[in-house]
Amino acid sequence: MTATTTAAAGTRPAARRPRVPNLVRFLGKRVAITIGLLWGVTVVTFALVHVVPGDAATANLSEQALNDPAVVAAYRAKWGLDQPIWQQYLHYLGNLLHGDLGTSQQTGRPVLTDLVQYVPATLELAVPSMILALVVGTAVGMLAAVRHGRASDQVVRVGSLLGLSTPPFWLSLVVLYLFFYLLGVSPSGGRLSPQFAPPPSVTGMYTVDAALAGQWAAAWDAVQHLVLPVLVLTCLTVATLIRFVRSAMLEVLQQDYIRAAYAKGLPTRTVLGRHLLRAGLVPVITVSGLAFASLLSGTVLVENIFGWPGLGQYAFRSATGLDLPSILGVSLFVALVYTGVNLLVDLLYGLIDPRIRLS
Amino acid sequence: MSEPTMTEPPTAVDLADRRVRKPLARRSWLRRLRGTSAGHPLWRQPLTVVSVTILVAWLLIAALAPLIAPYDPLAQHAATYLPPSGAHPFGTDELGRDILSRLVYGARLSIPLALVIVALALAVGGVLGLVAGYLGRFVDEALMRLTDLVFAFPQIILAMAVSAAFGPSTRNAVLALVIVSWPVYARVIRSAVLTVRGEDYLHAARLLGVGPIRALRRDVVPNSVGPAVVLATLELGNAVLMLAALSFLGLGPRPPAPEWGAMIALGSHDLSKWWVSVFPGLAILTVVLAFNILGDALRDRIDPRYAKGRET
Repeated sequence: MTATTTAAAGTRPAARRPRVPNLVRFLGKRVAITIGLLWGVTVVTFALVHVVPGDAATANLSEQALNDPAVVAAYRAKWGLDQPIWQQYLHYLGNLLHGDLGTSQQTGRPVLTDLVQYVPATLELAVPSMILALVVGTAVGMLAAVRHGRASDQVVRVGSLLGLSTPPFWLSLVVLYLFFYLLGVSPSGGRLSPQFAPPPSVTGMYTVDAALAGQWAAAWDAVQHLVLPVLVLTCLTVATLIRFVRSAMLEVLQQDYIRAAYAKGLPTRTVLGRHLLRAGLVPVITVSGLAFASLLSGTVLVENIFGWPGLGQYAFRSATGLDLPSILGVSLFVALVYTGVNLLVDLLYGLIDPRIRLS
Repeated sequence: MSEPTMTEPPTAVDLADRRVRKPLARRSWLRRLRGTSAGHPLWRQPLTVVSVTILVAWLLIAALAPLIAPYDPLAQHAATYLPPSGAHPFGTDELGRDILSRLVYGARLSIPLALVIVALALAVGGVLGLVAGYLGRFVDEALMRLTDLVFAFPQIILAMAVSAAFGPSTRNAVLALVIVSWPVYARVIRSAVLTVRGEDYLHAARLLGVGPIRALRRDVVPNSVGPAVVLATLELGNAVLMLAALSFLGLGPRPPAPEWGAMIALGSHDLSKWWVSVFPGLAILTVVLAFNILGDALRDRIDPRYAKGRET
């Protein structure tokens, strides 16, 4: 990013120079906002877990253990639950500043270790889904806008509404029934068939790791396990994207410069590919930030059905077990991703549409 | 011999003039619903008619559930996992309960609860949005940061955490969904207020000694109703989906309540018994789709930004 802005500044008159300091100031402001947001996340999560009637002891100890006050007291003491809340909070915050996210009460491991294990599994689902959804969503949305009002436009419109209205967990079950139970062409769930050992961990993504290790059979098996969950997540995301792309492109199509481009005698291909696509991409990028967040939500449900050991499953177990350090870890990570994606979106604006200044 | 008539039929110029002179503020959101300027009225659009029909049908089903359901939705029978047949059109589940009956009674949960969720979220978000938009300054800033905070959590994870923390129940699921959904309303209402706030007539009203409460009630609220109605309709479908998702995860109404999401979860135990989850899923799909189509149509009608270029 910095390289491109300096290059752009170089070709412009000297008056344009102070763009780089602007960028630095912009980034500094965003980082400050992000830190504030993360701090807010810790406060809200802490408060939430402490105002509720249940606590981690009742959620995690057995009935028998709960009847023994000594066991409960020991459990509370072990996890620091016997200290006043502000002390627990300061303790957590202090550790956090040292990069220590605490220890998960369920797995008994550091939360950071858990995240390092579960996050790549979810990324392996989320990244291909997002890319597929972006490509298909842009293409189909553009097609619908160009064919505005015709039958194909109506089909796309109803289809995307259908995608928005389908419960993701139900769709997962339906595709599993079709492709696993009836046709038998797909595995039932999980990341890898039992005959394969997980490949040596480099990125944590089985497909990439297996390929890196040269275990092509395992890599192919991992890809097969990816297909159905990615399909479901793509369907969910693409529905949102198509609607936004379509209305954004419709707006662009009404601009005078599109008419001018046609009037100049430019071929449709050029008008659509260069003029329409570029202008229409700005709103697409905005919404893809939001779409990525909803994709992460979708993974909670999809992972649950496909038995995918990712962040969604981890979040679910942490939430139901009132496991404060894990909930905080997941929340912080997700908030970080959310702000990161939004920052990326804002930076991309400047690249695609030079009229937009960073401000 | 033709004498000039006393009352001449209005010319095109007259009509255009009349249209121009018609005060803009009068074209309220309600009038736009009936509107003739941008295409057909709502009830002439086949998709909208279909969706309204579906919704009315579901409301009737919910209201008349005891008359429609062939069996008691909670009664267990020895005949478990019966495939669809004449006696049980949608089959039975793992406890031998009739799925059609459970589905019919499920409408009594999902649809009213979605309405409650949206109404509460609209009330909370609407009031906060009005106050933030009207007062501005640090109240506005603080509120917007708060909405940012809620947006930074994926909806389902926050709802899951709240619902799990307070203990799974219908009331807590509703509470959780209100907590995750009010910021959308706050943002939309706030921006509606901001567009009105700069208007001259509001300044004029203030100069005439109109107090803030009255200004809010007379000028600001009516102008925010349109966007709020559109958003609420679109969010109704979302509320049905989120509630089903929570109860699918076991964080909604407690069993044996015939909640659609929980019914789908029962079907995930044994894939070969497809009817257990397929029918509740279709129920959710039809309700949410109907809400979404209706919301879309309302938005086209009320929000001119979207209507532009859609109906030509």
